[in-house]
Amino acid sequence: MASALVTTDLVKRYRSAAALGGVTLSIAEGELVGLLGPNGAGKSTLVKIGCGLVRPTSGHAEVCGAPAGSAEARAAIGYLAELFRFPGWLTADDVIRLHQQLTASEGGASERTELLRLVGLEDAHEKRVDQMSKGMQQRLGIAQALVGGPRLLMLDEPTSALDPEGRHVVRALLRELRDRGIAVLLNSHLLSEVELTCDRVFILSKGVIVAEGTPADITATKGVEIETDTGVETWPEATREDVPELVEQLVRSRRSVYGVRTMRRTLEDVYLETMKDRERPG
Amino acid sequence: MNPVPALAASWVVAKLTFRECTRRKVFLILPIATVGFIGLFALGTHHAFDSAASDFGDAGRGPFDTRVLIGATLLGLSMFVTMFLGSTLGIFLTMSAIRGDAEQGLLQPLVVRPVARYGLLLGRFLAASVLCVAYVMLLYWASVLIVSATGNWSPPQPLLPALSLAGGVVIVIALSLLGSALMPALANGIVMFIVYGGGLLAGLLGQLGEGIGSESLETTGRVTSWILPFEALYQAGLYSLTADTGGLTRFVVQLGPLGGAQESGIELVLWSLFYAAAVGATTLALFTRRDL
Repeated sequence: MASALVTTDLVKRYRSAAALGGVTLSIAEGELVGLLGPNGAGKSTLVKIGCGLVRPTSGHAEVCGAPAGSAEARAAIGYLAELFRFPGWLTADDVIRLHQQLTASEGGASERTELLRLVGLEDAHEKRVDQMSKGMQQRLGIAQALVGGPRLLMLDEPTSALDPEGRHVVRALLRELRDRGIAVLLNSHLLSEVELTCDRVFILSKGVIVAEGTPADITATKGVEIETDTGVETWPEATREDVPELVEQLVRSRRSVYGVRTMRRTLEDVYLETMKDRERPG
Repeated sequence: MNPVPALAASWVVAKLTFRECTRRKVFLILPIATVGFIGLFALGTHHAFDSAASDFGDAGRGPFDTRVLIGATLLGLSMFVTMFLGSTLGIFLTMSAIRGDAEQGLLQPLVVRPVARYGLLLGRFLAASVLCVAYVMLLYWASVLIVSATGNWSPPQPLLPALSLAGGVVIVIALSLLGSALMPALANGIVMFIVYGGGLLAGLLGQLGEGIGSESLETTGRVTSWILPFEALYQAGLYSLTADTGGLTRFVVQLGPLGGAQESGIELVLWSLFYAAAVGATTLALFTRRDL
């Protein structure tokens, strides 16, 4: 599958501080990837380099085969910044129209209607930005990022101001976009959100990738619980593969087995453990 | 999506700026303030000519041509206010164009679009220039008409001061855009008013130096006004108000009231064009390299 975003040994330094310390990753078209990490980990810097807003100190980034920041690369992306504002006097329709003009999109009114419907703002065409709640503005931001049909969507904290219903709408939208073959890079602090939505996850800390994989890989089993006639016993280091042997041992020792549960770590557990490991000296 | 031609993007951004102008409260107040200024200027001009006519008669008396003296002085005063208001408008329209808008998150959604950054910059520059030049023209020609109708006096070459004012305001806008690439909006606004005041001071110092025969003061004033050519253009505009007047009347008119008149030629025009282009190129280089 073709790559929507490829970065090779990407380094970004702001004077003496390193925001990125050599990030290499690849996102395939139609893949939904989550980017996790604490504040200052370099997540936004990575996304901004992909968008051409920030120039890397060294290394290389490509969007759909074109150097990041080039007009061709920017023509392939949709972007929602973490901190963004649209002029308050524009209506939702105006905002989308403006971005249609800046992308030479020929979608016209039908594209505007479709995008506003996708983000649940179908009744807000003529509503001014300064009359919208923060959550509505965030949804409008996602709609503007989709103008022109991008191949790679980069969203920096797109659900931070949304209520649960809004998040549900966005989750469904992201899955729909993935099904259409659009790659999505989702930068979020909401671990449950990423776990529920993403195909793959990268965890960044201090500018480097410290963990990556599918949510299932990353949140591997964390022990086995077996309910027997003497109560619930726990094997914290056991995995799913160990279950038959454990049950066999119990049965052989004439114990009655009533239930088995393999326990999984949540993404939050993994994230916190990873961060703790990184902070440990040495 | 395909890359969008820079000129098309400029036009989109320029239209956005025009529309924004009609929404900002300052632009609702501006026409009212402008009508107030023109009304006050008309009243002052009427009384000044009326008083001169009753004191000296229509033809004037003594060493002065009172009609020229009053007409040129009032029009010079109006030019000063016009230049100030046009520059203020230009500064307010552009002081946050790059860093200010980026800090507010207004710029990023536009910059990631497949348009060249110079297209966005050109759009802001053109929109601000068209608006401010139109405003300056309105005030200047209204003042010329008032002086002409009230005092029956018109500058010998009325187009030259108009062009000088327009050029001066465009240079202020170019400098303000440059400042916006270097500083946040508020800092840029403050610096721009200091720069504008510095230019004005340079003009006055140069005139003072000429008046008291201080060559070094005169040189300082002249060099500074060329470093800030909006001031040199303003002085050239003032000079052309009385280009065909001689004697003491001309001397008195050119002393002030607000900035000295200086003769200039094609070299000032060429220098101003080069200056604006250099400032624009520097702004573009800074904007292109800036991390947002």
